[in-house]
Amino acid sequence: MTLATIVLKMSEGLGKTCAIFFLTLVFSLPLGLLVALLRMSRRKAVSVVTRGVISVLRGTPLMLQLLAVTYGPYYLFGLSVSRNKLIPVVIAFAINYAAYFAEIYRGGIESMPVGQYEAAQVLGYTKTQTFLRIILPQVIKRILPSITNEVVTLVKDTSMAFTVSYQEMFTIGKQIANSQTSFVPFLVAGLFYYVFNLLVDFVMGRAEKRMSYYR
Amino acid sequence: MKKLLEINHCRKSFGELPVLTDLSLSVEESQVLSIIGPSGSGKSTLLRCATLLETMDGGDLIYDGKYAARDQEGRAVYASGTELKEIRNMFGLVFQNFNLFPHYSVLKNIMEAPVLVQKRDRKEVEEEARELLNQMGLADRADAYPFQLSGGQQQRVSIARALAMNPKILFFDEPTSALDPELTGEILRVIRSLAEKKMTMVIVTHEMAFARDVSDYVVFMNDGAIVEQGDPREVIDHPTQERTIQFLRRLTET
Repeated sequence: MTLATIVLKMSEGLGKTCAIFFLTLVFSLPLGLLVALLRMSRRKAVSVVTRGVISVLRGTPLMLQLLAVTYGPYYLFGLSVSRNKLIPVVIAFAINYAAYFAEIYRGGIESMPVGQYEAAQVLGYTKTQTFLRIILPQVIKRILPSITNEVVTLVKDTSMAFTVSYQEMFTIGKQIANSQTSFVPFLVAGLFYYVFNLLVDFVMGRAEKRMSYYR
Repeated sequence: MKKLLEINHCRKSFGELPVLTDLSLSVEESQVLSIIGPSGSGKSTLLRCATLLETMDGGDLIYDGKYAARDQEGRAVYASGTELKEIRNMFGLVFQNFNLFPHYSVLKNIMEAPVLVQKRDRKEVEEEARELLNQMGLADRADAYPFQLSGGQQQRVSIARALAMNPKILFFDEPTSALDPELTGEILRVIRSLAEKKMTMVIVTHEMAFARDVSDYVVFMNDGAIVEQGDPREVIDHPTQERTIQFLRRLTET
């Protein structure tokens, strides 16, 4: 198999790689914020339970979580494994990443000076207005570098979808590598991920720059 | 004279530590009241209770006849959320550390609350905001961001932000304490000009000369209670209580 064929075949899976990547972000970024708010809830029970969930999600391998979400329904309830693996893969990724994002959001929110809340309160802002208009925009600026870190990791983590044989780029590459006993597909995969992350860096850099108009 | 603010028998403690003990105070319309005293005397806590940033344990808090909190068998019972919202609209607060919103331009810092909270017409608010900036000598800084301003300028913006809500009474929590000595003058000038316009103000301050000069009434606090109060020239120049004499002597020594 020529290099060109390998690249061509693997790039057919790039769409699915991108699907995992973007869908995970779309769901996990808002979900993470929600989890962060639950984690900071004044109700002890809510915060303790959320803390436990985050602990399990961060403390066990993503690979295991992928397997659990994909095949769990079959082993537990005898449900057939869904044919479109994208659904369980995105669910597993979104939940896992939400746990990490939640802690990043929490760190950002807790770093905000209390004076910002007080100024808004005295001016008559409601709690929701204060959070959405005053706190959150500043939190996003503060946590952007940490978010970038996670997003870069996510690009590479998409390769883990091979454990449930979801036909994304890395899974295809691994299959070619096995059948051709060649290392080339892995080098190609590495290059794909690297270029993908160059793009991520560029986009996140732009985002940071857009928010650099204030300190 | 109409009483704009009345605090009766205010009690507040943090855990076991009593911070305010049976403190009563009232402010009349157009009056400028200064609160002085050593740090830890409860001045700031009093201001925070008055501005609803802290809740009192016991006592009444009354704004222009409306009860924000009412003492019931020794416990302060606060009014409903909607009533408190209405009461919050009556006062403004200028913080020691300005607490401007760093992600908003100067103009937006001033304009957002009147538009968002008071639902006033944006154009009208902008006109007023620019006029306020003009008064503060910051007409050309409307589009700047807080980090681009000096401390004194930031504090003037925060005064403009408070004034844009058209408060009946304006509180200042040590408005010059975070500023370099050469910048305090500009803030004191602004407060003085507000006093000339008959703005009702309550000022927690360490600037004795200023307190004597600008205020109609001075309250000296120590250990969570009012030790001495009255005409500023009397209290500051001829204190009668041992604790006041001590405090003022220590200030003039340094």
